[in-house]
Amino acid sequence: MLNKYPLWKTLMVALIVAIGALYATPNLFPDDYAVQVSGLRGVEANAATLDTIKANLERENIEFFSLVLDKGQVLTRFKTAEAQLKARDILDDNLGKQYSVALNLTPATPTWLSGIGGTPMKLGLDLSGGVSFLMEVNMKEAINKAKLGMVADFRGDLRNERIRYRSVKESGDGIVVKFRKIEDLEQAQPLLKKRYRNILLNTDEDTLTLTAQMTEVKLKEIREYALQQNITIIRNRVNELGVAEPLVQRQGKKHIVIELPGVQDTAKAKEILNATATIEFRLVDTEGDIGAALNGRVPASSILLTDKDGKPSLLKKRIMLTGDHITDAKSGFDEYSRPQVNISLDSAGGSKMSNGTKSNIGKPMATVFIEYKPTEKRDVEGNIIFEKVQEVISVATIQSRLGKSFRITGAGSQAEAHNLALLLRAGALIAPITIVEERTVGPTLGAENVQLGFQAIMMGFALVFVFMIIYYRAFGIVANFALGANLVLIVGVMSMIPGATLTLPGMAGIVLTVGMAVDANVLIFERIREEIREGKTIQQAIHQGYEAAFSTIIDANITTLIAALILFAVGTGPVKGFAVTLSIGIITSMFTSVVGSRTIVNALWGGKHLKKLSI
Amino acid sequence: MQILQLKETVAFMSFRKIAMVFSTLLIIAAIVSLSTNKLNFGLDFTGGTLIEVGFEEAADLQKLRKLMEDNGHDDAKVQFYGSSRDVVIRLGLREDVKAEMLGNEILSILESGTGQKVDMRRIEFVGASVGDELAEQGGLAMLTALICILVYVAFRFEWRFAVGSVIALFHDVLLTLGLFSILGLEFDLTVLAAILAVIGYSLNDTIVVSDRIRENFRKIREGSAEEIINISLTQTLSRTFITSITTLLVLAALFFKGGALIHGFSTALLFGVFVGTYSSIYVASLVALALGISKEDLIPEVIDKEGADQDEMMMP
Repeated sequence: MLNKYPLWKTLMVALIVAIGALYATPNLFPDDYAVQVSGLRGVEANAATLDTIKANLERENIEFFSLVLDKGQVLTRFKTAEAQLKARDILDDNLGKQYSVALNLTPATPTWLSGIGGTPMKLGLDLSGGVSFLMEVNMKEAINKAKLGMVADFRGDLRNERIRYRSVKESGDGIVVKFRKIEDLEQAQPLLKKRYRNILLNTDEDTLTLTAQMTEVKLKEIREYALQQNITIIRNRVNELGVAEPLVQRQGKKHIVIELPGVQDTAKAKEILNATATIEFRLVDTEGDIGAALNGRVPASSILLTDKDGKPSLLKKRIMLTGDHITDAKSGFDEYSRPQVNISLDSAGGSKMSNGTKSNIGKPMATVFIEYKPTEKRDVEGNIIFEKVQEVISVATIQSRLGKSFRITGAGSQAEAHNLALLLRAGALIAPITIVEERTVGPTLGAENVQLGFQAIMMGFALVFVFMIIYYRAFGIVANFALGANLVLIVGVMSMIPGATLTLPGMAGIVLTVGMAVDANVLIFERIREEIREGKTIQQAIHQGYEAAFSTIIDANITTLIAALILFAVGTGPVKGFAVTLSIGIITSMFTSVVGSRTIVNALWGGKHLKKLSI
Repeated sequence: MQILQLKETVAFMSFRKIAMVFSTLLIIAAIVSLSTNKLNFGLDFTGGTLIEVGFEEAADLQKLRKLMEDNGHDDAKVQFYGSSRDVVIRLGLREDVKAEMLGNEILSILESGTGQKVDMRRIEFVGASVGDELAEQGGLAMLTALICILVYVAFRFEWRFAVGSVIALFHDVLLTLGLFSILGLEFDLTVLAAILAVIGYSLNDTIVVSDRIRENFRKIREGSAEEIINISLTQTLSRTFITSITTLLVLAALFFKGGALIHGFSTALLFGVFVGTYSSIYVASLVALALGISKEDLIPEVIDKEGADQDEMMMP
């Protein structure tokens, strides 16, 4: 029969809309005030942390209604904002330095909903308030440093092999080695070729020079490494800021995006991002009396430092090696599958290490992590005063004379080894970064934007609703149902896709989709009217209307989708949000206005003998 | 209800000379303005610092400007933003390294200078290189969009329609840019997004019209290309108007309710929908007609060569 859907098709449409509605529901629940406690530098919050938090809150009589440990974080929910703030202050004071305490607004999604993966839409910074930074890695400097490192390495290698050279210098985009004798040149060439990958070597026998050029592969490797290293370091620092859901992500070839929702004090955030860290290797003072040192009698040639758990170590004042000699540090496993950290040094570092360790085999050596952290205090000129924080991150016994590359075993778990490698690399930041873009949105503006966007959507909806009912009467109501279903599906899909973020332009995109989505129905309805005018029966007219309009709708929507997808590809931040809602809206609207409205039309009018149609 | 009840075919194409002159004049005006006035590029493209603050009572712009000057920010542009209590201060790019600290500095100048509690609404800082990259990317995005669309329409319809619709899109984009240039409205990222949405919308319209022209070329046996285009435009006119109305309704909602941040966005779209509707009637169809679209171009060829249904054999 004409215009009758089989039952399964009707049910499927209903099911799709119902699923969309189900995943859209988490957005209806307001957020809970929460405090999130997470560990810093590899420390994880555990059951003991949970107990401490509970004890602290109970002692201060702060009411909370939920306390959960999940993925190394403890989340406490409160009824009021005052309780949340009070709890943050108390926990911050009592938990100690290895934890970060952050305020958070946590979705109050009921467990049965979160159990099936239901979460509310993620709000962009323009709606939630907060700050986003775009940082640029100085690639020129990264390549420069790599070149300088190579100059030193060349010198070391040639010297070790007793090949005499006149000079090793960097020039332009490569390194030039000058020799005195042709034999030296001939000897050096295969040696360097063997030791360095991705380098182009050219020899000129007339002038007795050898030029080494980094290949594109090598340059790319350096850039990639510089970017990755900066990302790891920034992640580490951002975690210390105590932000609930920070985002650190690469963007393109040399940029890093950092989003810190809810952060207002951008000055502090910037100081932390720009802070410097370094590494020092020192010998442990095994002769000094640690007990006496703890009582304030530290030997003149030693200093007393602690590790993150507060365990003290007495170290020699003389620094064996500084972190800027570290070229790489990776965590891995030794032959007994114990976690270890492999460290590579540049040539100068290698000889320093070799000299420093040769007479100290069997003695313990400590790695000290030094960071300059901004404090609340400012000097006379208003600059933030930095506090030098020194922390022992590992003590290991020197097994043999160490050289250019060595390893530290006994670092504990694999996670700890990984963390140690990360900190070691942090000591040798190869490429400086600068903030090239910053956007801060205050909490009032964020809340205002949400309200404005919501109002615009509601008003746009209402206007279109009224217009459609006046113009198409009963069919207008059908189109409005389709439109409503479309909105539900957009919200549902936005909530389901993990990366989708709702921004103010994104809300504008929803409004625009509302206006444009009715177009499909307008096309269909106008066609039905035309067919009726041409004298077709009602059923034929409905059938023809949907059939004839279909390919037009597809063509028109696909071209719009092309524009939206391109916008998605090149856009960032809020504009990307617009592209997301627009793309999703185009796809869902095709479904609701063609299939969805047909389902209703078929159910109401399909297959019946009608003389007139309310259209 | 019915707004347009057309019994007769409207002879759209007989106005084509007027339309051509009209469009050409507008385009020339847009190009002249774009080359003399240029576009008032926003922070996203130029780089610099922008601070939006909210005061408890209506702000005195003169006093704020004086305050900025006294503190060595001579280039500061101070303007109201949306209401008399909201003020936006724009600063150019600085040579000095601490440029990203400027926002916080201005904030403290304002607090101590006015003695009022100042609500930080937003601070934006964009470095010089970012703006350049963005302008390049934005232009590239528009070009890519136009090329992709050209290919799709040529593939689905016919090259004459493709050329017609892309020229219509150029027309719309150019006129919208021209409007922003003539009125001196700020051109920021959201406006760029709006222009891409205009491309989408205008195209939507053009496709609907082209689709009907194609259909009528196949269905109606008699009549010149011009007549068939007139019939098609008349048939789709009602739909064109209604869709424009609903879109304009939601855009009006956005313009009046969406807040100052997306004013530029909704302005570009409101204007774009107008020119997009006009261009799909006049520009796109006119170009297709001028390029000599005919019945034969749109009726699918029936390939029935002898041996066409046999597999090909190749001699080794």
